[in-house]
Amino acid sequence: MKHRISALFLGTALAIAAGGGAVAQDKTVKIGVLTDNSGLYSDLGGAGSTLAAQMAVEDSGLAAKGWKIDIVSADHQNKPDIATTIARQWIDVEKVDIFMDVLNSGVALAVNNLVKEKNSIMINTGAATSDLTNAQCSPNTVHWVYDTYMLANSTGQALVKAGGDTWYFLTADYAFGHALERDTTAVVVKSGGKVIGGVKHPLNSSDFSSFLLQAQASKAKIVGMANAGGDTTNTIKQASEFGIVAGGQKLAGLLLFITDVHSLGLKVAQGLNFTETFYWDLNDGTRAFSKRFSERMKNKAMPSMVQAGVYSGLIHYFKTIDAMGGNPHDGAKVVAKMKEMPTDDALFGKGTIRADGRKIHPAYLFEVKKPSDSKGPWDYYKLIGTTPGDQAFRPLSESACPLVKK
Amino acid sequence: MQALYAQLLVGLINGSFYALLSLGLAVIFGMLNIINFAHGALYMMGAFCAYFLLNVTGMGYWWALIIAPIAVGIFGMILERTMLQWLTGLDHLYGLLLTFGIALIVQGVFQNYFGSSGLPYAIPDYPQIGDCSPNAPQGAICFRGLQGGMNLGFMFLPIYRGWVVIFSLVVCIATWFLIEKTRLGAYLRAATENPTLVRAFGINVPRMITLTYGLGVGLAALAGVLSAPINQVRPLMGADLIIVVFAVVVIGGMGSIMGSIITGFALGVIEGLTKYFYPEASNTVVFVLMVLVLLIKPTGLTGRAA
Repeated sequence: MKHRISALFLGTALAIAAGGGAVAQDKTVKIGVLTDNSGLYSDLGGAGSTLAAQMAVEDSGLAAKGWKIDIVSADHQNKPDIATTIARQWIDVEKVDIFMDVLNSGVALAVNNLVKEKNSIMINTGAATSDLTNAQCSPNTVHWVYDTYMLANSTGQALVKAGGDTWYFLTADYAFGHALERDTTAVVVKSGGKVIGGVKHPLNSSDFSSFLLQAQASKAKIVGMANAGGDTTNTIKQASEFGIVAGGQKLAGLLLFITDVHSLGLKVAQGLNFTETFYWDLNDGTRAFSKRFSERMKNKAMPSMVQAGVYSGLIHYFKTIDAMGGNPHDGAKVVAKMKEMPTDDALFGKGTIRADGRKIHPAYLFEVKKPSDSKGPWDYYKLIGTTPGDQAFRPLSESACPLVKK
Repeated sequence: MQALYAQLLVGLINGSFYALLSLGLAVIFGMLNIINFAHGALYMMGAFCAYFLLNVTGMGYWWALIIAPIAVGIFGMILERTMLQWLTGLDHLYGLLLTFGIALIVQGVFQNYFGSSGLPYAIPDYPQIGDCSPNAPQGAICFRGLQGGMNLGFMFLPIYRGWVVIFSLVVCIATWFLIEKTRLGAYLRAATENPTLVRAFGINVPRMITLTYGLGVGLAALAGVLSAPINQVRPLMGADLIIVVFAVVVIGGMGSIMGSIITGFALGVIEGLTKYFYPEASNTVVFVLMVLVLLIKPTGLTGRAA
């Protein structure tokens, strides 16, 4: 009888322990893809970013381990105020655990503050501003794909070395353009070049002829385009019309995506140099992913580096929470763990996340192929240089981020 | 000083798009009393029409210049017959809301299929005039369609841009002539003033109104074809432009044909100068002017009091 009672007690205790364990190991996750679904950046993020997130969920294998993962997506319309309203709603009401994509630097900086305040997580794969891991760095944010420092460093240095020592900037007039111009100017000056002028144009302009004439009159060897998306493609197209390149000046696309090159066509885009951290045709891993991705895209587009970043970032996030055994719903804690674990996926290879939130991987300098060298649609890039991860981004010694111990 | 001339010329080029678009709007407003918010979407359809003609049927720019306005014009007439005609006599707000809704739907459908980055469309390279063979002697004259450009001393003018200015001027003046100086135009104007009376003279007023809407829409599509080689052919190309064009129409005076043509060109020039002197304000200058004009002369510069 005594034995039976103690057995009963033991059984109850075990049941309570197991039950308590289940509560601690909350295996639900909600992912929020906050991006531009309808504006000028929607091809490089947009629906493709949501698809990349879905693919990451499927490939993670977490569903088989009992995880329940939901994805929500919203259009921030490139407006920081709309973005923060959505983000607030997602955190407070929908209980979103992690923000993905968040392209547009103005939006990213706004959401960055909110995510920190609410102890959520942002893996930013779309915004360019290097401030996200510098003065504005946060224990809740990881900046995954690229930043203005890296772009300036890789493209800027290569062009100055090739003889382009005088620069004129066409700059999109908001946080991103200013950051890109500032970082590129620093690199140009450091490499022995000179910036002789520049003009700031409003975001989403359609006519660049006035600005291009000013660039032409400056006689600078390099016309640096510190803008992105539709602004860049229109600049390039109209620059060829006004004979900028034929007149001996060189265009520098400081931030160009494969969707831009696709939209311009090789005839206009050929010969442009620029930097990306992902290209679908880099190796077997990127090719396999991109093929699966493109088959599921409505217009059969290959992934941009922003979309690839969403996949890669989520894969690492899933590995981290799986290793933690459950979702603690504590942003800073998860991000700290993400920084401890090395990253490894088929798209960006092996890498790390630094203390300041900067994801480290190599940067590739590409040149757009001539139409005669291209074997078909999306075969656009020729790799002409690789900067190893530890040299591509801002060194920690120059960092103004309070998270970096000096 | 040279830079200033160049900016004036570039402003004139942009002005020709404003003029063509605001002209279409003015015609539609003047004759149908409808504020056509779908104008930007129809402009975009014109550019896409040119793209399809080239890539599906192989018909180039010159064909597109004729076919696209007709095709999009027919689309416009269907819109007018099936939807807009029921709004006659109602408050302006209804027409505005309906056309705005149509614009959103059309743009959404195009964006769904073609994304936002746009599609390439090249400047036409035919007909070729002069000796363009690869072994032509140095200095031989060769024009490849509208490609290339010429040095004006103060700037390099792409031939295509020059063509846009001249062509749109001709179209604008022809439209003005058609409406203000011909018998058909007189019927039209009379039908706007008093449709019942004009009907009593045996003129089919509804059909005339449909054709007028088609004409206005055709002008938008024509502007779309003209802009295709300059800008990317993008689903949102019209949405970005239409707000400025509305400001142009308001400044020029709603419904005034000549007013909208002149204001179109003038605002292009003013915007061009702003891009030179204070580029950050180039997207706002038109609206600042609009506010000033509305404060001083609410009917617009050439508008008559209602």
